[in-house]
Amino acid sequence: MAGQKTDPVLVEAQRLAGDLEDSYRDRIVAALYAQAEAIASRAVKEAPAPRREFDWRLDAILTSRLWGYPIMLALLAVVFWLTLKGANYPSALLASLLFAFQDILTSLFHRLDAPAWLHGIVVLGMYRTLAWVVAVMLPPMAIFFPLFTLLEDLGYLPRIAFNLDNFFKKAGAHGKQALTMCMGFGCNAAGVVGCRIIDSPRERLLAILTNNFSPCNGRFPTLITLAGIFMGGLLTTAAGVAAATLTVVGIILLGIVLMFFTSWLLSRTLLKGVPSSFTLELPPYRPPQVLRVIIRSVLDRTLYVLARAVLVAAPAGAFTWVLANVHLGAFSIIDHMAGWLQPLGKVVGLDGYILLAFILGLPANEIVIPILLMSYLSTGMLTEVNSLAALGEILVRHGWTWITALNVMLFSLMHWPCGTTLLTIYKETKSLKWPLLAAVIPTALGLAACFLVKLLAGLLDIVAAG
Amino acid sequence: MGLTNQATGFRTLRENFLPASTGGYLVALAGNPNAGKSTVFNALTGLKQHTGNWPGKTVLQARGKFTHQGHTFTLVDLPGTYSLLANSVEEQVARDFICFGRPDVTVVVVDATCLERNLNLVLQVTETTNAVVVCLNLMDEARRKRIAIDVPLLARELGVPVVPTAARRGEGLAHLKDTIAAVATGALCPGPAPIIYDADIEAAAGQLTRQLQPLLRGRLNARWVALRLLEGDATLLQGIQQFLGVDLSEPGIKLQVKEVLV
Repeated sequence: MAGQKTDPVLVEAQRLAGDLEDSYRDRIVAALYAQAEAIASRAVKEAPAPRREFDWRLDAILTSRLWGYPIMLALLAVVFWLTLKGANYPSALLASLLFAFQDILTSLFHRLDAPAWLHGIVVLGMYRTLAWVVAVMLPPMAIFFPLFTLLEDLGYLPRIAFNLDNFFKKAGAHGKQALTMCMGFGCNAAGVVGCRIIDSPRERLLAILTNNFSPCNGRFPTLITLAGIFMGGLLTTAAGVAAATLTVVGIILLGIVLMFFTSWLLSRTLLKGVPSSFTLELPPYRPPQVLRVIIRSVLDRTLYVLARAVLVAAPAGAFTWVLANVHLGAFSIIDHMAGWLQPLGKVVGLDGYILLAFILGLPANEIVIPILLMSYLSTGMLTEVNSLAALGEILVRHGWTWITALNVMLFSLMHWPCGTTLLTIYKETKSLKWPLLAAVIPTALGLAACFLVKLLAGLLDIVAAG
Repeated sequence: MGLTNQATGFRTLRENFLPASTGGYLVALAGNPNAGKSTVFNALTGLKQHTGNWPGKTVLQARGKFTHQGHTFTLVDLPGTYSLLANSVEEQVARDFICFGRPDVTVVVVDATCLERNLNLVLQVTETTNAVVVCLNLMDEARRKRIAIDVPLLARELGVPVVPTAARRGEGLAHLKDTIAAVATGALCPGPAPIIYDADIEAAAGQLTRQLQPLLRGRLNARWVALRLLEGDATLLQGIQQFLGVDLSEPGIKLQVKEVLV
């Protein structure tokens, strides 16, 4: 850390300055401020009441003890409700278009007498994974990101920080962690870099280690899709959409609670200390520039995240296809690998393929579901056109229940950060210890949570049967 | 820092403190949080970065380019700060860039609706370097709140060009580019009025300044460094050693600071 190494000349200067009646620093700063005041008073010719009436009144509601949290939750729910509700139809449309094109590609390969393995890698591996990624991820992102960006533009994020400040303080963390948490919803690597706004090294480490509990862009599609299929009953009814919305909001809230809990635990064990105070300026509310927000969030976030998913998913799709189709003995490589993980997976209510998908998904969370599909689909055939229903059918055929879905969502929330985030943590902390801890803490919590869910579900089953 | 493709994913790993020499002019963009720095940045460079309405989003410096009158300008968006006293990481990043990044022009974006608070930063920047342009932003909001500012008088008092803008609407940007180009090419040489301190501070600063001048060889404003030394700013000494290779804690200087302070 800069500033901790004290220079002999400085110690000397401080000692000498301390002997004087007023420290030089105070007098220098005072002169500066006096000058600013003098110039401003001459240059500003007409100044009405300094503070913004409207903003005051709005802040009194949005950050009030009574209404602050309900409004925050309601906004979160509205954002996800719109996302789930709106993404369903375009998703189905995209899926039918993209899979129709897969048939065209297949017939083209046949007409050219291409070898079966080439068709497998390119069409069944790369193209099919890509089609899934685009059909499932693009519509929700194209709705979610502009909505989130609008809230950001309005100036609502600092109000969230203000509302949550008390909780962070109680957890022994810095109030600015609320801001890095919000950045984490976009991208955990960015959230980790954003932790630089926290000055105290102890509190910065807390924020870095717990940032992963904000589900990032790459994980939202997984949460939204699985909630839509298993909790929302394919989103065909209003009640289904509501149930899916509540599930996603619940998962996010759980993430925030875990962030507080982990910060609290760490600040009482590994990273002991008292939280430092800070000034947070609530910026004026500004009318969002709607058109620009939509354009920027589609270009900057949606297409960017999609491009990243596509770039990683294409080779991962091909790689997974090879793993799934090269046989050692009676089983494919992927079957062998999943077989090793199967015992652990079963204990925590997942399966070997799911754990393998999370492991292979280390480069980017966006590709966990595509990899899982690849390994499930390597033998099966895809028939349905409605993307959600087809996806649901594949998962159910592989033994999924709503408990499996819930556990995958929980494990998505609580597992090791993606490779980029781990590298970023290493770069920010210059030590292998912290990225390791950042991976171990959520993974342990995730396995424990999944195990607990499975245990409770088992008990419920016994009670229901009895 | 908005969550843009420059700032998320793998690119977060790229460290960018000092830019490589780009051939054109280097322009630093400083200002208080929420004064509209990122909006000015976008307006000048052409919509490259999303601006979030929350303080602290620009932790890393965002950079972009624009051309004007045949010159290329590399614009660096510094973190929003209230001062350059290096109390926080943001302040230190901003100060180090202005001092050691050797920008050809430093543009200070100022919120016209709360001029007094914003001027503190302006005065600290003009104390550091002469090549300063003040961008008096959010003039539309100021008009709506019926705040009237005497721009020529402000420019005279500060001794640097002041350009009123409303970056969200694109007002005043052409004038801003003209002014940046004029200062960068040397066609316009701002002469900020120095802040006069108490007699004993002035005496001490003057004495230190004379001793610092041969060491710094014009790479930093010696009077400003002297004042920071009197303040007891440790981070600046480290910066000077790191970026200029001058060790101010060598015994000679140590003696002189001691003498001055006594």
